[in-house]
Amino acid sequence: MIAYIIRRVLQGSVVLAVVGFIAFAMFRFMGNPIENMLGQEATRLDRAALAERLGLNDPVPVQYVKFLGKAVQGDFGVSYRNGVPVAEMIVQRLPATLELAFVSAVLAVFFGIVLGVFTAIRRDGVLANIVMSTSLIGVSLPTFLIGVLLIWVFAVELGWLPSFGRGETANLFGWESGLVTASGLKSMILPAITLGLYQMTLVMRLVRSEMLEVLRTDYIRFARARGLSDRAVNFGHALKNTLVPVITIIGMQVGQIAAFAIVTETVFQWPGVGLLFINSIQFVDIPVMAAYLLLVGVLFVTINLIVDLLYAVVDPRLRVT
Amino acid sequence: MTAHTGATPAQSLLSVRDLIVEIPTRRGVLRPVDGVSFEIQAGEILGVVGESGAGKSITGAAIIRLLERPARIAGGSVHLAGRRIDTLDSDSLRRVRGGQIGTVFQDPSTSLDPLQRIGDQLAETARLHLGVSRSNARERALQALIDVGIPGAAERLDAYPHEFSGGMRQRVVIALALIGEPDLVIADEPTTALDVSVQAQVLGLLKNLCRERGTGVMLITHDMGVIAETTDRVAVLYAGRVAEVGPTPAVLTDAAHPYTRGLMASTPNPIPGDKHQRRLQQIPGSMPGLLSVPTGCAFHPRCEHTMAICSQRRPPSVPVRSSDVGCWLHSEVPET
Ligand SMILES: Nc1ncnc2c1ncn2[C@@H]1O[C@H](COP(=O)(O)OP(=O)(O)OP(=O)(O)O)[C@@H](O)[C@H]1O
Ligand SMILES: [Mg+2]
Repeated sequence: MIAYIIRRVLQGSVVLAVVGFIAFAMFRFMGNPIENMLGQEATRLDRAALAERLGLNDPVPVQYVKFLGKAVQGDFGVSYRNGVPVAEMIVQRLPATLELAFVSAVLAVFFGIVLGVFTAIRRDGVLANIVMSTSLIGVSLPTFLIGVLLIWVFAVELGWLPSFGRGETANLFGWESGLVTASGLKSMILPAITLGLYQMTLVMRLVRSEMLEVLRTDYIRFARARGLSDRAVNFGHALKNTLVPVITIIGMQVGQIAAFAIVTETVFQWPGVGLLFINSIQFVDIPVMAAYLLLVGVLFVTINLIVDLLYAVVDPRLRVT
Repeated sequence: MTAHTGATPAQSLLSVRDLIVEIPTRRGVLRPVDGVSFEIQAGEILGVVGESGAGKSITGAAIIRLLERPARIAGGSVHLAGRRIDTLDSDSLRRVRGGQIGTVFQDPSTSLDPLQRIGDQLAETARLHLGVSRSNARERALQALIDVGIPGAAERLDAYPHEFSGGMRQRVVIALALIGEPDLVIADEPTTALDVSVQAQVLGLLKNLCRERGTGVMLITHDMGVIAETTDRVAVLYAGRVAEVGPTPAVLTDAAHPYTRGLMASTPNPIPGDKHQRRLQQIPGSMPGLLSVPTGCAFHPRCEHTMAICSQRRPPSVPVRSSDVGCWLHSEVPET
């Protein structure tokens, strides 16, 4: 088990080093940092001094290692746009994105599993078939369209929910949270549905097909032959066997939610890191873009690691080896 | 019809009468089981043999109503200890399954929930059928493992199925089938998936446990050797019908139905030292598919004694010596 964890952590580190290299390459070779920071009027001497100070004269591998070293300490340099440290900008924006991703993920996993199980158990039921057909729409509509539609219906036509922004936030131990105020919660609903709908549909379809598979197995038949009730068979035996193999995929799908947040954040003007990234693209604010890339990489690797460990905990067959 | 067992449904442990199973398909309605009748007395071991596709497994599944969709029971009746069980509501049916009829499937590697400790699977079944407390159920689970000869049973209670070998796993399955104290066990080729070296052990175990407890057994198998060593009576199935059913020695050595005789002749030496079993002879042709079951007696195109009547009317089941046989050779041919 320990060896397994170490192996997974090492694999994750390799992935991060690669992502880090891409971020570094962007940082170092896209645009000209000196031009960006000094402008046209700077003297040759100024430029040379800055290049020396930024370490641009070092060999590229040394620069890469230094870049990574700084990144690990949370130093992503200074925004070209407003001179504020990138780390500060991100820390300020992160709670909005994480809360949105978290709520969407919870919605996606919860309703995905519930509906997946329901449509599998009631395979021939009318309601189950309606859910299945509706879910097709969920997969095929692009995120921004769903967002715009929701805004149109619930914000514009019905006027029930706000169409943009995060509402009021409250400071909880240094974390700006929108989950503790009424207006914050109201503002969360539409973006969270928009962001989570696609993943929910995927989770639902995955759970459904896996559960149908499990319900056909011999041990389920044998459980029935032992006289267990439908309830005991479905929820005592079939459900766990359904979820174990899909945990990894569900986890990865849900992990991607934070990365997909860009589109939703743009549609709803949600003040998170995704929106920050979009804005930084307009200004070719390379340090911010590089930092965002790294952040998403770390998020992916961490979630996959957690998911793998979880998998090992649930499946006894993996635990032994 | 079943003159020799002479039993009415009320007396037999299991009484299957004119059982019909249908499977609606796009190409028509199939009848994998077409009017099967047999009895099992309390404590008796009935072997069920027949070629692949004869309907053995479906008959077994139909008795506990565990048919896979879209197959369904379309006729006949099943009585267990005098009570009709083919029309039970689902709650009563669940009490029959596991509580009165235990089941052993062919492949032990897929019969057990891979994510649940075997002790929990056993205890779950015990609680369900015996209404015992949690701790008592665990004691019974332990005893059940000891009974089926699992070494170190106390430690193995908390093991998962994948930690057992195939033979040991089938012992666990047998423990699961018996823990609800059923009166009948339906075992569908319980040793076919096992290593040859442990087949005899596992079969012997099943036989001994059922003998000790007076549990009746419906033992489905291909293996004439198993039939000879284990069963009291045999039912021979052909194309979803019972060709012949009778005491094992009689059927093995002195069969009345031409199909049974052919089947015995094509099997190498089921009874050691038996003088009838020298030649290895194949029955010409093969069993018909369910879409093209011959009219009259389903066996007549392959039979060497075919008469005019055989292709016209289904033979009734009649007593011949100590067996019941469905063949015109042994029936009064009716006037047309
Ligand atoms: N869903 C189905 N659709 C069509 N035919 C089916 C279906 N299920 C079973 N059958 C047919 O029913 C017949 C009887 O099947 P059954 O499994 O009872 O045979 P068996 O005697 O147990 O054979 P084996 O010795 O191979 O296990 C077979 O011909 C099989 O092809
Ligand atoms: Mg079979």
